[in-house]
Amino acid sequence: MTTTSPVTPTREPAGRHAGFANLLQAEWTKIRSVRSTVWTLVIFVVVCIGFTALIGWLTETHWDGPRAAARDVRAVADPVGFILGTGIGLGQLAICVLGVLVITSEYSTGVIRASLLAVPRRIPVLAAKAMVFAVLLLVVTEIVAFCSFFVGSAILHAHVQVSLSDSGVTRAVIGAGLYLTVLGLFALAIGTMIRHTAGAISTAIGIVFVLPILSGLLPSSWGAHINAYLPEQAGTLITHTQEQSGDLLSPWQGFGVLCIWTVLALAVAAYLLERRDA
Amino acid sequence: MIEARDLTKLYGPKAAVDHLSFTVEPGRVTGFLGPNGAGKSTTMRLILGLDRPQTGVALINGRRYRDLRDPLRTVGALLEAKTVHPGRTARNHLLFLAQTQGLPASRVEEVLALVGLQDVADKRAGGFSLGMSQRLGVAVAMLGDPEILLLDEPVNGLDPEGVLWIRNLMKKLAAEGRTILVSSHLMNEMAVTADYLIVIGRGKLITEASTEDVIARSTDKSVRVRTPDADRLADLITAAGGKVVRGAPAEGAGLLTVTGLESSRVGELAASASIVLHELTPLASLEGAFMELTSGSVEFGVPGQHQANAGRDPANAGQDPVNAGEGSAR
Repeated sequence: MTTTSPVTPTREPAGRHAGFANLLQAEWTKIRSVRSTVWTLVIFVVVCIGFTALIGWLTETHWDGPRAAARDVRAVADPVGFILGTGIGLGQLAICVLGVLVITSEYSTGVIRASLLAVPRRIPVLAAKAMVFAVLLLVVTEIVAFCSFFVGSAILHAHVQVSLSDSGVTRAVIGAGLYLTVLGLFALAIGTMIRHTAGAISTAIGIVFVLPILSGLLPSSWGAHINAYLPEQAGTLITHTQEQSGDLLSPWQGFGVLCIWTVLALAVAAYLLERRDA
Repeated sequence: MIEARDLTKLYGPKAAVDHLSFTVEPGRVTGFLGPNGAGKSTTMRLILGLDRPQTGVALINGRRYRDLRDPLRTVGALLEAKTVHPGRTARNHLLFLAQTQGLPASRVEEVLALVGLQDVADKRAGGFSLGMSQRLGVAVAMLGDPEILLLDEPVNGLDPEGVLWIRNLMKKLAAEGRTILVSSHLMNEMAVTADYLIVIGRGKLITEASTEDVIARSTDKSVRVRTPDADRLADLITAAGGKVVRGAPAEGAGLLTVTGLESSRVGELAASASIVLHELTPLASLEGAFMELTSGSVEFGVPGQHQANAGRDPANAGQDPVNAGEGSAR
């Protein structure tokens, strides 16, 4: 392997300076050129749509089984949540993993050093990454949300009558994609703070899945209030067809609470990224 | 030009870099030399803005690295630490970096050709050999056609062919007027590559001078002696205050390496005792010079090892196949 095609030194850097659009382009190249990203998204799609169909089918075939009364109440009050709940519940795991991996894989492989040498003012790197990831997630999760809804409602159509024109239904289906997208950004922020894949995934999943359980153990008066403002509990309100009695927040308020959590987490992540040695 | 001004980097209470100042001039290869743990890599990270110094500032053409626009067009770096995702292809790694600098995709093809990786450009970097990884690292460093290059231990672990390739590339780039800072813990490597040396130990500057001066300044000169009467001469030399290391049997019987005495004195001692000498060669020891410079600052030193190495290395000088080839090429 002997080589040497001539180098032509251009002392003055030629051409225009790179702008934020170039950074977005670079982050898109990064995200699409690693298999783990692609596979995690595939798993997310399969899990979401697959489990929506599977649970829908099992529910349909065992419609007259035990606990039918409670289920019927739910199916009427919140048909979208009833159809999409399982898929979203499992799919958000994949989204958390993906959000964390997008940044922690840079730390574990050392790519972060290459990234920060290229863009030494670090916050634009995080901003570009978050934007590209958000757009990718929004497209994928909205497609998945609508596919799941159509598949699930088709399977359950004999017992659950629901259409996009019903009050709150379209908002809830779109909301499922919005919730998963913002959750992915929240996980990205956690990954940026913690930098280690295993620790960050544990933390993200702890916040999403375990905190609601813990807050449920608190005395009901204030446990309920804390619970309502947790990222997952507040964020999933937007996926419910209607406000339920006892909800402390409206769907959009709940989504707003999740967004505030995410913005705060990203701000802390940006601060740490800027301050710490790479 | 690179300027380090009073750089200090503490990790906990320990200073990895300790009020270090130096300047790296363009148009020559500047060797950044020091034993393992001397702070070479940390200094490079400070220059590149990856780490923040506690005191001081590192400037590149008068500006901090983080204030450079499209920095890869000004500074190229080959770090010792990994910087490539093993699942990403060489081409995609270069492509995303090119995009951050607003460089066209055609530049990626140019640097792939420059380092000879065209044929494996679409293979994932995780499967690359050490030599291929270093070539990819050089491609990254050259991506923006920078006027300044920082190379951290670029020949570590490379085979002789790879070592020669990197050496010649560095010399060519310096001849084009670029600023080259290359770190190494191997004095012999620096002696054949660098025009100028910055020597550090325990994060402090020990000396900076042209490579020739550093070697010439070496007081730890040694003498190679070959004699059929090695035992008797060894006793005489030891009695006169010199130190003797026996050559390995493979190198022929009667080979002694003497330190602490001039070659003339060794000749006089032999003559006074009527000992026949087959060879009497003064050796300037590069490693010896380096050991001497850094003897107070070896991070993980073993007491007494300095002498053993100083005695052994001169005997090996010139026998390193890579050095020998390079020497004749010069």
